[in-house]
Amino acid sequence: MGLALLMALFVAPEDADQGVSQRIFYIHVPIALTAYYCFGLGAWKALRLLWRGEERYDLESYVAIHQGTIFGALTLITGSIWAKASWGVWWTWDSNQLVLFLTLFLFYCAYFMLRFSLPEGPRRARSSAVYALFGVALIPVSFLAIRLAEDFIHPTTFTREGPQMTGTMFATFCVAWAAVTLLAYVLYRVELAGKRADRDLRELRELLS
Amino acid sequence: MSQGQYVAAAYGVVFVVVLVYVAIIAAKLVRLEREAAELVELARRRAGGNAS
Amino acid sequence: MTYLSDVAALTRKDLRVELRARDTLPAMLLFVLSTLVVFHFALPEGTGESAAYGLLWVAIVFTALLGLARAWVPEHEHGVLDSLVLAPCDRSAIWLGKTLATLVFLLAAQAVALPAFVLFFAPLDATALAGVLLADLGICAVGSLVAALAAAGRARELLLPLLFLPLAIPLVVGGVGAAISPDGGRYLLLLALYDAIFAVLSWASFEYVVTES
Repeated sequence: MGLALLMALFVAPEDADQGVSQRIFYIHVPIALTAYYCFGLGAWKALRLLWRGEERYDLESYVAIHQGTIFGALTLITGSIWAKASWGVWWTWDSNQLVLFLTLFLFYCAYFMLRFSLPEGPRRARSSAVYALFGVALIPVSFLAIRLAEDFIHPTTFTREGPQMTGTMFATFCVAWAAVTLLAYVLYRVELAGKRADRDLRELRELLS
Repeated sequence: MSQGQYVAAAYGVVFVVVLVYVAIIAAKLVRLEREAAELVELARRRAGGNAS
Repeated sequence: MTYLSDVAALTRKDLRVELRARDTLPAMLLFVLSTLVVFHFALPEGTGESAAYGLLWVAIVFTALLGLARAWVPEHEHGVLDSLVLAPCDRSAIWLGKTLATLVFLLAAQAVALPAFVLFFAPLDATALAGVLLADLGICAVGSLVAALAAAGRARELLLPLLFLPLAIPLVVGGVGAAISPDGGRYLLLLALYDAIFAVLSWASFEYVVTES
């Protein structure tokens, strides 16, 4: 975990010589990608739960989505800072990615509301799983919708000129990406282990008393 | 603020959030440890009670 | 064939309950009309028609929410849902029946609201109407499932809008786009795509939401 943090923080920004604000890219994009596949993983586990009916998938799905939401929030924050640095405003509806993440963030916050308002049990597991599946269906659909919405909200389409990535920049990006993925994976394992231990201990306590 | 400060802010935010997250997990872990110790104590006492 | 007749029976049941109790529909009608009147005062002079179309969609979504919040209440009050789940019919038929019943309510509310909108604010063309219809399908399909999810929890009136609104964002985009964009066909396509994806998803997953163990 320490290694992953070190890599994300110190290896990643080692070059990127043109335009300092470009450096946010190395943390923003990997985090966004990680959030996506956390959501994807959560939905996949949810599907397995519905398919196989094994209870352990419930915790796995929940933890993955929890992770995804944290990374989603980080994407929003770093994206907002990036927008401020390069366009001078804290929020811009021009950036599809940010708007999409806002939608997803709201959606997954609702997921937690749902989860916490249901009594524990197989029914809660399945309800959350169904809602998690809706989430992954929502991602491409809202992406499309936001793309389309652009041209009536802003008739002049905003084109962000993406400078071609050079070799070292691409390498840095890959390292950063790997580091963030690793970080997410380690956090996922740790939280999952904690949640499982918590559940086991509760069961043990009931057995003993 | 200069561009560099924004970059620092972005990385700093990520760092702080991850730190807080790890701290929360650590706190949970401590709680779990305490509970486990309690249960071990309970189990031991029960085992002792049965033996005597 | 039995599947369809099950669905028809369930829809008829909901409509008959509503006809007898008159709980939901009058409330939806009144709500959507009052919302339109409030919008008249909320829109400053000379805001133009585009803003009015946006507000129409706010009104539609919230009216639908009002109806959806009531959707599973009769079942819950009388414990009908458990017996329905045990009944020898496919569970997704329950979802489809509820979706159709909600759709009927929503269409009835819009039968009043849309002429009122045209009268008060701005004209609607065929593309906009098609957008409304397609979005209604999506709203009811997703909404009746999400309402069933929310109905199981505490504070279900609070939960439903939270669960539903993020899912409704693409619908609003599609609906508003169909109304104001010169190239409305693309938005209709988006709405149709949304309907197809989420209808299949809701249809397939409803069973897991209502079964107990």
